[in-house]
Amino acid sequence: MLLEVQDLHVFYGKIEAIKGISFNVNEGEIVSLIGANGAGKTTTLRTISGVRPVAQGRVLFEGIDITNMASHDRVKLGICQAPEGRGIFPGMSVRENLEMGTYVRGYKSDTKAADLEHVVHLFPRLGERMTQLGGTLSGGEQQMLAIGRALMSRPRLMLLDEPSMGLAPMLIAQIFSIVKQINSEGISVLMVEQNATQALRTAHRGYVLETGYVVKTGTGNDLLVDPAVRAAYLGG
Amino acid sequence: MSLTESFRQRTTPQLQLGNRFRALPRSAKWSLSALLIAALYLTPYWPDVPVLGWIINTPGTSFENVLTDQIMMFILVALGLNVVVGFAGLLDLGYVGFYAVGAYTTAVVTSGQFTLPWIAALPLSVIMAMIAGVILGTPTLRLRGDYLAIVTLGFGEIIRITANNSNWLGGPRGISKIARPPSIGPLQFGVLNAKPYWYLGFTVILIVIFVLTRLENSRVGRAWAAVREDEDAAELMGVDTFKFKLWAFAIGAAIGGLAGSLYASKVGFINPDNFQLQLSILFLAAVVLGGTGSMYGVIMGGFLVAWIPERFRGFSTRRYFVFGVVLVLVMVFRPQGIIPRRGAAAGIAKKGESDV
Repeated sequence: MLLEVQDLHVFYGKIEAIKGISFNVNEGEIVSLIGANGAGKTTTLRTISGVRPVAQGRVLFEGIDITNMASHDRVKLGICQAPEGRGIFPGMSVRENLEMGTYVRGYKSDTKAADLEHVVHLFPRLGERMTQLGGTLSGGEQQMLAIGRALMSRPRLMLLDEPSMGLAPMLIAQIFSIVKQINSEGISVLMVEQNATQALRTAHRGYVLETGYVVKTGTGNDLLVDPAVRAAYLGG
Repeated sequence: MSLTESFRQRTTPQLQLGNRFRALPRSAKWSLSALLIAALYLTPYWPDVPVLGWIINTPGTSFENVLTDQIMMFILVALGLNVVVGFAGLLDLGYVGFYAVGAYTTAVVTSGQFTLPWIAALPLSVIMAMIAGVILGTPTLRLRGDYLAIVTLGFGEIIRITANNSNWLGGPRGISKIARPPSIGPLQFGVLNAKPYWYLGFTVILIVIFVLTRLENSRVGRAWAAVREDEDAAELMGVDTFKFKLWAFAIGAAIGGLAGSLYASKVGFINPDNFQLQLSILFLAAVVLGGTGSMYGVIMGGFLVAWIPERFRGFSTRRYFVFGVVLVLVMVFRPQGIIPRRGAAAGIAKKGESDV
């Protein structure tokens, strides 16, 4: 098991946002967390990447307890997040943004050129915009940049926070097909999405979150046809 | 987008100048740089040059002393503060504290109670300021933005008030008989001739520029830029943000201490009034005016903030009015400073958008 979350509790002040959830991601899997606003999806992801402290419970990565590990050390283990709202560096060029991805492997990493080429192959649009400043990219391009930058760190597990948020339908389809392609290269993916249909179609397995609890789990297809899930998240 | 575009257009003249310089053959680059450096070493003689002399000279006060006591210090301090504010994006309103630590260290260890030679006092001052930076930074760098600004503001005042109330720091009377740099041959570091202090200070400035340029283009510089652009994203890319913020603070403090030490040994006498809060504000003004994060920008900013009030001394108390007008005009027409850092406009545009 690559990632294992056991009985996780997270608080914002006195408000308990995550009330004891458990789930896991196996090597080579795409797993989706779906749910409405406020279900705790983003919080869960932020806890795994180490930005939010855990009140109770454990997070294991390849059997190692990383519950209290600093965020930047988790990146070294191979957990890399493309953050919500993209979180790209606006004043750096596209190339510099991508190069920040290799930061954990040393600033002058030997494989940097090859990694850059790989990302440009996945996202030709970024290749055309290499010298443009990150802050001047469109929303879709910024999302590609965020995913590309996370890829540059050669992660074992990629955390994607709402990759389809605010994108045009055509771009959404493209982003999800790239998620599949990344996965086919051996990178496991944990994805948080409001776009439940697309997320479940792409994922091997899914978890449905509701106000801080996991209420349902199953393979992507099972959840897609589940009447309760359809009624609540897939528009009937 | 259009906002960003218009900023970019405004910044082109400098970028073109820079690009044109980079496009020159190596030999031309070296000789141009050497000429420029030679001309800058001769700054004390600029008032004797026709036209330039009329522009640069400070009526009613010795240009030499303005150059060494004000301009030189402001340039050094702006370079140091730029590491904190410009490279790492941390707002420090108490930078004068480090300047004071450097000055007081040199003063205390060379003026009677102890009599260390100047050459030992200088590095000691730098180290003491650096330690002060780490001591202040360790608890406070977990704070962000406004909170950090307030805490650093308090630190600057604590240093000044401590000096004012400590007998061994001279109290309000201050410390006199601070050691001067040792004279070497024709370079006599005395009271009458300020030129040797400029030769020394400008050499120090060149060394600081060299070291900072190396740092900015290293892995450390990249980490600072990432922290400045988006601290959370930097952490998610594996940057130990706290460590690098502390480094920025320590290095910035060290340069502040260096400037303070040079200042103390130039003027020979310091008291707490030399380290008012107002100086912190002026230091920050120098950085912002010149171009936060741009090394040549903040040098220009440091020069202007020190020089303008002296140049317009003839206007008596209204000289600060001239200074204020210049500040406002620059901020209206060039919000990212006179010589902006590349990418500064994108940061400003992005913040503007998110406010809407």
